[in-house]
Amino acid sequence: MKTQNNHDLRACGTLVKRNVSMYFKDKGTFFTSLITPIILLVLYATFLYNVYEDTFSAQLPEGLVDDSLIQGLVGGVLLSSLLAVSTVTVPFCANLFMVQDKVTGARGDLSIAPVKPSSLAFGYYIATVINGLIISFVALAMGLVYLSFIGWYLSFTDVLLLISDVVLLVLFGTALSSLICYPLRSQGAMSAVGTIVSSGYGFICGAYMPISSFGKALQNTLIFLPGTHGTSLIRNHALNGVFEEMLAENVPQQAVDGLRAAADCRLSFFGNTVEQWVMYLVLAGSILLMLSAFVIIMVLAERKNRK
Amino acid sequence: MEDIIKIEHLYKSYGAVKAVQDLSFRVKKGELFAFLGLNGAGKSTTISIMCGQLKKDGGRVEINGKNLDEYPTEIKRELGVVFQNSVLDKPISVYENLKTRAALYGIYGQAFENRMQELTDTFELSDILNRPIGKLSGGQKRRVDVARALLHKPSILILDEPTTGLDPQTRKTVWGIIEHLRKTENMTVFLTTHYMEEAVDADYVVILDAGKIAAEGTPLELKNQFTGDYLYLYTEEEKVKKLGKPYEKMGEGFRINLKDTAEATDLVVKYPDVFVDYEIIKGKMDDVFLNATGKNLGGDNA
Repeated sequence: MKTQNNHDLRACGTLVKRNVSMYFKDKGTFFTSLITPIILLVLYATFLYNVYEDTFSAQLPEGLVDDSLIQGLVGGVLLSSLLAVSTVTVPFCANLFMVQDKVTGARGDLSIAPVKPSSLAFGYYIATVINGLIISFVALAMGLVYLSFIGWYLSFTDVLLLISDVVLLVLFGTALSSLICYPLRSQGAMSAVGTIVSSGYGFICGAYMPISSFGKALQNTLIFLPGTHGTSLIRNHALNGVFEEMLAENVPQQAVDGLRAAADCRLSFFGNTVEQWVMYLVLAGSILLMLSAFVIIMVLAERKNRK
Repeated sequence: MEDIIKIEHLYKSYGAVKAVQDLSFRVKKGELFAFLGLNGAGKSTTISIMCGQLKKDGGRVEINGKNLDEYPTEIKRELGVVFQNSVLDKPISVYENLKTRAALYGIYGQAFENRMQELTDTFELSDILNRPIGKLSGGQKRRVDVARALLHKPSILILDEPTTGLDPQTRKTVWGIIEHLRKTENMTVFLTTHYMEEAVDADYVVILDAGKIAAEGTPLELKNQFTGDYLYLYTEEEKVKKLGKPYEKMGEGFRINLKDTAEATDLVVKYPDVFVDYEIIKGKMDDVFLNATGKNLGGDNA
């Protein structure tokens, strides 16, 4: 029994290594997964940066804060948006390997080996988490370097919280994509899902435009999505230092609160403010729920086919 | 010789489609066993059940003395499978592919390196070990596929239509490998194909049609049972007419269809002057298939 468990663990480790290696060596999938973050960077470089700068400046009393603070604020929004999309869309595209294995027949080759279905499932999940973390941490590092040039207001705790947000959101993105990708069996379905997620997630998570700028009905709908809470957590931790500095520079609390709401740091659930611990709870609960569902579905489906 | 595969009363349906119906056969240890049938005859379904990838509706599958229902994991270690198409990971190297697959069978470290060396020597892989699978030729891919199937030293090698879509040179390579394995390892080879002539060298043949066995036996038995002999005479037409049999012109000679070899012998004895330049050829496996199933290889009814 112990030997079998040891074998299953090593087999899972082997599959993780294989899946990670495949992601970085398959240039098509690798670059597809970077489409959303790249779109976001292009949007900021072309016009979003200026839109945010003008919007935030207009909400502050003229001459009260210096440009560095505004730039830090816009930079924080850019960084949080970048992390919000890459932590979900990168795992989504990386997880499409699960489908590609079915299309190419590699899945059959893996499952004729004496490996438990759960080892296969965790092999995909853990590899996708690792792929998501690698890309998202690179994005985080680049974002932090960028902030250090235009206006650094983050504390050490903020950086640690941002790292934990990235981990949580990658776990969330992986669990969600595992559930959605598992039933897919064709190249066409795979491309369709990849395209929809890559192009759509940036909007619904508030990365391209803040959710606060959407209509009330849409806001009330998006609040039910766990990803919205993840985005808000990142926004809070990326912008907390800027807002603290504004308060220290005697910017009125009301103006800072307005900026927090405009940047999606404050989420409202039918009139009630959602606390950060609730956001953590929603995110952690949805990860556990989706991961459990994925493993159970995969194990049941494999057993149904095999026994 | 003992039976290494025993399939008894196997059933499998996909909804209303009966893929395999009351299928029973045995494969002897060290045998080249050919499983013939058109697409959809039930070959792949049977293999998938044997490999534990598909649930059977009924029946019993025993491999190397182990019941599939009781020892599914152990049976996986008995089988090496070469799929119709190469299913290894195209972006990564031959070595990495084989290392990954070996690890799934618990073969790591020095044990893997030793086995890798054996397979590299056997299948002449040294020049392509570091090349990605996607950059290999068809023949090279097939050599790697067989090496992958043999990583864990299985007792049975399953070849699922291994030559379909391959060029003649690559088909020859594949058959060279099969011959080599049979001679050096005395390996049981379970071959599925719809190229009937590939079954000529098999020890035993099962022809499957619509999920049922249409015919089985050695190639000679099947030819004797389902086809006649062809007599080719290379002489003047007047002499051929003396035999009193229907004939047709074939190139530089004439072909006469005979019931069996005994009929040919009778003619030779009776008309020795006609038989100066001639050949007697047994029917082809294509004819066996046609007569056993009523279908030609294009899949139409005859």
